Amino acid sequence: MLEIKNLHARIAEDGTEIIRGLNLTVKAGEVAAIMGPNGSGKSTLSYILSGREDYEVTEGDILYNGESILDLDPAERASKGIFLAFQYPVEIPGVATMQFLKVAMNEQRKARGEEELTTPDFIRRVKEAAAELKIDPAMLRRPLNVGFSGGEKKRAEILQMALLEPKLCILDETDSGLDIDALKIVADGVNALKSPDRAVIVITHYQRLLEYIVPDTVHVLYKGQVIRSGDKDLALELEANGYADIIGKAA
Amino acid sequence: MAAVQETIDQVRQIDVDQYKYGFETIIEVDKAPKGLSEDIIRFISAKKQEPEWMLEWRLDAYQRWLTMEEPTWARVDYPKIDFNELYYYAAPKNMTGPSSLEEVDPELLRVYEKLGIPLQEQEMLAGVQKPRVAVDAVFDSVSVVTTFKKELQKAGVIFMSISEAIREHPELIKQYLGSVVPTTDNYYATLNAAVFTDGSFVFVPKGVRCPMELSTYFRINEKNTGQFERTLIIAEEGAYVSYLEGCTAPQRDENQLHAAVVELVALDDAEIKYSTVQNWYPGDAQGKGGIYNFVTKRGDCRGHRSKISWTQVETGSAITWKYPSCILRGDDSRGEFYSIAVSNGYQQIDSGTKMIHLGKNTSSRIISKGISAGRSNNTYRGQVSIHRRAENARNFTNCDSLLIGDKCGAHTVPYIEVKNASAQVEHEATTSKISDDQKFYVMQRGIPEEEAIALIVNGFVKDVIQELPMEFAVEAQKLIGISLEGSVG
Ligand SMILES: Nc1ncnc2c1ncn2[C@@H]1O[C@H](COP(=O)(O)OP(=O)(O)OP(=O)(O)O)[C@@H](O)[C@H]1O
Ligand SMILES: [Mg+2]
Repeated sequence: MLEIKNLHARIAEDGTEIIRGLNLTVKAGEVAAIMGPNGSGKSTLSYILSGREDYEVTEGDILYNGESILDLDPAERASKGIFLAFQYPVEIPGVATMQFLKVAMNEQRKARGEEELTTPDFIRRVKEAAAELKIDPAMLRRPLNVGFSGGEKKRAEILQMALLEPKLCILDETDSGLDIDALKIVADGVNALKSPDRAVIVITHYQRLLEYIVPDTVHVLYKGQVIRSGDKDLALELEANGYADIIGKAA
Repeated sequence: MAAVQETIDQVRQIDVDQYKYGFETIIEVDKAPKGLSEDIIRFISAKKQEPEWMLEWRLDAYQRWLTMEEPTWARVDYPKIDFNELYYYAAPKNMTGPSSLEEVDPELLRVYEKLGIPLQEQEMLAGVQKPRVAVDAVFDSVSVVTTFKKELQKAGVIFMSISEAIREHPELIKQYLGSVVPTTDNYYATLNAAVFTDGSFVFVPKGVRCPMELSTYFRINEKNTGQFERTLIIAEEGAYVSYLEGCTAPQRDENQLHAAVVELVALDDAEIKYSTVQNWYPGDAQGKGGIYNFVTKRGDCRGHRSKISWTQVETGSAITWKYPSCILRGDDSRGEFYSIAVSNGYQQIDSGTKMIHLGKNTSSRIISKGISAGRSNNTYRGQVSIHRRAENARNFTNCDSLLIGDKCGAHTVPYIEVKNASAQVEHEATTSKISDDQKFYVMQRGIPEEEAIALIVNGFVKDVIQELPMEFAVEAQKLIGISLEGSVG
């Protein structure tokens, strides 16, 4: 489903290279975890996958279902099924969460040539998904992410993911800022989305989330490269020993 | 919700240079000769069958105007206007005043139909759900028709063109016309007093709540014709009225002049809500053509506990020079100003308000949202003045500017003048850009760039949109989307 080949990317503004020859393959149905020290390029990778303009790909390619997506803008990639749950969700003042959800859902439907949702159908879907994630309906009337607590923001990201039904879900530190109960709820939400035609990339620092969302593969990112890949045991190893060993070996 | 959707659709349909209302209607017209002189003023007055005193009033204003200088303090820039190159009167042939619907040229009715302005009472009545709005339609220099007059009469409300009111209600006109904006007020207002051609007159008597929204729809059609409308609204003790104003003009290479005067008078416990959706032709993407909109709007809270509220959505015009103001004369009176001003292309907007606190316990609230895109310039200019006797006056001002792109400008020029120590004046101002973070976040959810910007902007102006009557709110949101299109990249 996703094939990243020898990817090099830099910050458009000053030319600093962040991703330096990264290779990664994620198959449909797979849950891939990406770990790595602070500043190794995990969030940058997620931005580049979703088409953020601030980064420039200088070499290599990103194939999604066999096709390069480098020329697509973020909205086009989203309507093809790429979803990013942000590490730091952005506030959109004055735009009610409900309203935002409706516009987003209908835009994606439009891009795929589907009918717009009727209002009752839309409301039913939102209510159901919100209930699953234990989101207070009153929150949906508030402007998106404005004044939401850290945990509420993360839940709102998963709500959007559940409603948009993407094919490639990228979760960037969705576990940070969540209390123990919320972590469980969010993990259940993600697990409910798992399906043979859907892939999930989980970026995290902690083994705890991976106990709930069990990864098929684990990749360690360091200085813009995948320096080690393995199965779920790799995450346990990291938890026990930290990155020093792996980084030392790779160097 | 739906409105955003519609904005999006609308933006798709139209591209940058296609001002939706830019069509011209070929209609036989009756025109005064070009230029400005006493004779032209006599001509206008005669066409309107005005009484002698009205003519005198106009001629006085004209003499005064000849001694005045065009103001230059606003942050707008345009070549000098040659007032003798303009026409001051143009009317569809055989129309000197409003008639019943049956008498109106079908071609004219089609114009309003095309503009989406309902003039057929039956049609309006048929739509049971829709709130009814009485419309006064002004085409170039004359009012074409005023709907729902009979029904309003029953409630005691007078709603007619000002020309008609001068003939039928001379006492009210003599008492109130020029009592808020005197003929000597400013260059454009004085010019307007000399040559105004039509506009609306509203009188809501004591204790009456006007049973429907009143609305005037202005259309400039003739080339090189100035539009000088004059509107006068009076709410007697305890009366309430909500009034809406809309406007459009054809696309032309030359600039057209629009210099209106609006006067509002609210007596004890009366309330007037005045909303405008201004969509005059803004000029093309290169900055050619467009309306010069030089307007004087002022409300007088003459009575105790009276309230006047201005809400405006300004998207059109090449140049806007406009400061709807409130004189808070009565004790406990309140003035409000809610504004959204959108500029794109080469538009120049210098707009704001004045709140003059004279009475005790008077309060005012100013919420201004300026959005600049393209190479436009958008200035908020506001004055809050608390006079010596205005014990316990309060003002709250909030001015937010949003920039789209880096070739446009936003400016905030507040003047605050406090002569009474008990006053509480609060001023907040922010300038922001649509951040790349916001745009990326919204687009990541599958919302294309222009729609993403329309969505963020509609969020930015929400506080003001909420102040508009329902039907206008939807229209306004659409307009904002349309006027920002082509602003990205
Ligand atoms: N727009 C930018 N301008 C400057 N530096 C940037 C920019 N984007 C990324 N970087 C730098 O690139 C490196 C990788 O950052 P990134 O956010 O991808 O790390 P991360 O692996 O997600 O870290 P964390 O675990 O702390 O979230 C960091 O050194 C960061 O400062
Ligand atoms: Mg990160």
